[in-house]
Amino acid sequence: MMNTINEMWTSHRTQISFTIMTAILLFVGFNQSWVLALGIFNLSVISSIMALGVNIQWGYAGLFNVGIMGFAALGGLSVVLISQQPVTDAIEAGGFNMLIALMLGVITVVVGVVLHNKKFNKWVVFASIFLGFFAMRYFFADASSAIEKVNPAGTGYLGGLGLPVLLSWVVGGFAAAGVAWGVGKITLGLRSDYLAIATLGISEIIIYVIKNEDWLSRGVKNVTGLPRPVPYELELQKTPWFQDWAHYFDVGLGEFSTLFVKLCYAGIFVSILIGLIIMANLALDSPWGRKVRAIRDNEVSAAAMGKNITRQHLQIFVIGSAIVGLAGAMLVTYNGLLNPTSYQPLRFTFLIWVMVIVGGSGNNLGSVIGAFIIWFLWIQAGPMGLWIAEVISNFAGEQSSIALFIEDRVHHLRLVFMGAIMLMVMRFTPGGILPEKNKEL
Amino acid sequence: MVSESVDILNAFALLTNFIIVPAIAYGSQLALGALAVTLIYSIFRLSNFAQGDSMAFGTVMVILILALFQSDWANANFGAILPPYEFLSFVPTALYALPFAIGFTAIYLLVMDRLVYQHYRRIKAKAINMCMASMGVMFVTGGLVRIINGPERMTFDDGARFLFSVRDFKEFTGLTQGIAIKTSQFLTVTVAILLVAFLFYFLNKTKTGKSMRAYSDNEDLALLSGIDPAKVARTTWLIVAAFTAIAGTLYGLDKGFLPFQYHQLLLPIFASVIVGGIGSPMGAIVGAFVVSFSELLLTYAYKKFLIFLLPGYVPDSLVQLIGVEYKYAISFVILVVVLLIRPTGIFKGKVV
Amino acid sequence: MAYLEGNSLVAAYGPVPILHECSVSVEKGELAVIVGPNGAGKSTAMKVLLGMLNPSSGSVVFDGQDITHLSTQERISLGLAFVPQTNNVFTSMTVHENLEMGGFLRDDDISHTIQEVYDLFPILFEKRKQNAGELSGGQRQQVAFGRAMMTQPTVMLLDEPTAGVSPIVMDEIFSNILDLKNSGRAVLMVEQNAQQALNIADKGFVLVSGRNEHSGTGKELIADPEVRKKFLGG
Repeated sequence: MMNTINEMWTSHRTQISFTIMTAILLFVGFNQSWVLALGIFNLSVISSIMALGVNIQWGYAGLFNVGIMGFAALGGLSVVLISQQPVTDAIEAGGFNMLIALMLGVITVVVGVVLHNKKFNKWVVFASIFLGFFAMRYFFADASSAIEKVNPAGTGYLGGLGLPVLLSWVVGGFAAAGVAWGVGKITLGLRSDYLAIATLGISEIIIYVIKNEDWLSRGVKNVTGLPRPVPYELELQKTPWFQDWAHYFDVGLGEFSTLFVKLCYAGIFVSILIGLIIMANLALDSPWGRKVRAIRDNEVSAAAMGKNITRQHLQIFVIGSAIVGLAGAMLVTYNGLLNPTSYQPLRFTFLIWVMVIVGGSGNNLGSVIGAFIIWFLWIQAGPMGLWIAEVISNFAGEQSSIALFIEDRVHHLRLVFMGAIMLMVMRFTPGGILPEKNKEL
Repeated sequence: MVSESVDILNAFALLTNFIIVPAIAYGSQLALGALAVTLIYSIFRLSNFAQGDSMAFGTVMVILILALFQSDWANANFGAILPPYEFLSFVPTALYALPFAIGFTAIYLLVMDRLVYQHYRRIKAKAINMCMASMGVMFVTGGLVRIINGPERMTFDDGARFLFSVRDFKEFTGLTQGIAIKTSQFLTVTVAILLVAFLFYFLNKTKTGKSMRAYSDNEDLALLSGIDPAKVARTTWLIVAAFTAIAGTLYGLDKGFLPFQYHQLLLPIFASVIVGGIGSPMGAIVGAFVVSFSELLLTYAYKKFLIFLLPGYVPDSLVQLIGVEYKYAISFVILVVVLLIRPTGIFKGKVV
Repeated sequence: MAYLEGNSLVAAYGPVPILHECSVSVEKGELAVIVGPNGAGKSTAMKVLLGMLNPSSGSVVFDGQDITHLSTQERISLGLAFVPQTNNVFTSMTVHENLEMGGFLRDDDISHTIQEVYDLFPILFEKRKQNAGELSGGQRQQVAFGRAMMTQPTVMLLDEPTAGVSPIVMDEIFSNILDLKNSGRAVLMVEQNAQQALNIADKGFVLVSGRNEHSGTGKELIADPEVRKKFLGG
């Protein structure tokens, strides 16, 4: 009996795990609510895409990206900068000076790099950067305070370009790719953990910028009311055909509109996820993919065969980060707001890594199943923690100090719990739920 | 003429008070953390992402033991825990709790080594896999810290706040600008010097210390010479525990305890290690001071300094190069510059 | 019975057999050389003698005692010492510290042994405070020999001590090896430079595909036309 189950599991891992996950979501739908089930589903799909990007980096090239949070946040920022309507008053107040400041910044960097490459004395290079920095700051300080003074309660920032929101997702991917290129260019080819340290740093810095540069992103005041690629609930509720549908399915108009919007999102997200997985698998079967696998399986002999490993790794790092940026943009659009304080390394970087490891590093479908399982556990860990607290307070008395203490602290158990899951999977089943075939781990 | 030279003195007193003294203290705290990272790296080839959170763990142990010292139970059984000599009364109680905290931190690190890292050493895993495992340990440790002590900011310094205050200094010198040295700053530097001296003595003069260097230099030859890797590992974690708990506690005495801030210390610590040359203890120390001085020099607002130096000139801004909110970005920029121009760091570390 | 001998050793790395009934031996105060083409199993034979690889049959006998099943550590404490081909010094440590590490397992006073090493290689005394990594190739090899001597071994096993050094340094190293032998130790080495090695060796073993093809005194082997043709390039 045990043997047959084992055999079935090893031969049909993918089918079984996806069936179980579907069953759990259906269970939530029937027993709790469909809005909740769809919400979990959508966020799982977004997480899957992030995990897919990370999995490409880790599984294809062994790159350890500790800055997932930063790349996701860049995607989020792109949504604001591309799809929000421009704030004309702010642009009039400081837009021109800001433009000069940014151009000066770019010129300073370019001049510095050119001088450095032309082997100028390092003090000359240093002085030119120093001067450029001061010139930039001069315009920058005026511009940012002018912009931030324009209606700080409502806007206080430049706004965006007012372009379609779907375009902003693409831009988000490119923005993340650009930063990844810079980081990769500097650290790839050095020790493998330097990339990890550098990504950790750049992601913190991206978050500082988003939190502190109010003229750009409104900082901690959040940007709300971001445009959507799907209809708004209130408008749907006003349209006659929608009312007919709600009537037909016998669901309340409010709930039905929420469900409908979430379903629209689900459609978009799932198409993107499937598209990415198909592309990733096609790429792996192409000549490029063969080269990738050759390098992954044996870096030394691949280097001996004259394959440029650093270049290859840079490509993979950029592609993976672009996918993370895209997912970050999708997440911000789905939430309808950019909230810089929500970017916590735990929620973004770490949780995504647990998904990749648990799902099966190197296996793209593994990332998807990992994302679904871990996101589900993460969402349910809150209620579970409260339940534990309740049990203990029943046992020890409502106001006892132990009960209060546990109620206060129990949600931090999630960190320990997730960390332990990750460590245990790495230790005991390094392949994860869906191990990659043909790869010795 | 007289007033001008006094102004120059005032200007330098200002810099000393707001940049040099804090940078030396902060640099010493970073140096202890960076030494722990560089030791772990030399012995295990592990870039330990859990270092910041381990420091928080050590500090939480101090806080727990302090609470025990000050509990009714302790007072009833042992009387109030007082410093043994009157002249030591300026020392914060935390220092007496420190030895116990080091013990608990050592136990914690050894258990983590047994449960997590030992496996990767046995199967001779790639360095990056161990690095990833340390990220798992980082979150477990961070979670434990928050469960034990909560995520909020708290302070646990008692004893005298200042070794000498701004007023003492002004009365003594007659300058208008004072210099103060906090007890925590004084202790930080003293303890750091003692610890570093101990570490260098240990590594260069004792048989165990030399065997650690030998193991780090050439593992196979060390085995051939009869050096026991398990003992090297144990000794390393013990020393790391001491440095970690002490660094965390000194930082906490100076700036208060906030778990997330400890987590963020990872970046300046890594920057220190890499700037100095990873694997080199001397490099870790120099790197730490490069990072701390850069941070304070670049984020200080020089307005008052310029007013002292250039009488009659009042700048219309704060004359601050970079906002304080970007202080960790400075670590990152230093890191990037070093990786670009000299990836081995100042004291040729290991890059491959 | 020789002081150290490997009798009819058969050994394999995983499924690939390397040694077939290979026998080598060395006496006290004698220099024995194992030569042969690449992949003949020279280094493998040495690993078996040291206990870094277990033979599937055959025995290793040291001073009349069967040590086939002892660990490397135990053999070293009995009096065997090994100088690896590469990475055989602690480059970031001083010459003196290298010697101290060589005597790590000893609890008695090691200063006499260190003095012996310095007497044998006087240049090391001059450079005792320098890092081994800063020394020349020949001096480094002396440090490596010195480190191995610290356990006061009676047998020294050297793995290609002259690999990748210039001819001048090679002569220097060979004369060091003769010093080791003349101090009464048994020295067994694996060498690529067969001609020069056999010239100074008391005894030689020519290994081909893991088998003893020829053996005899160094002079005999050099004189043997077949050995000359096959291995000595004429």
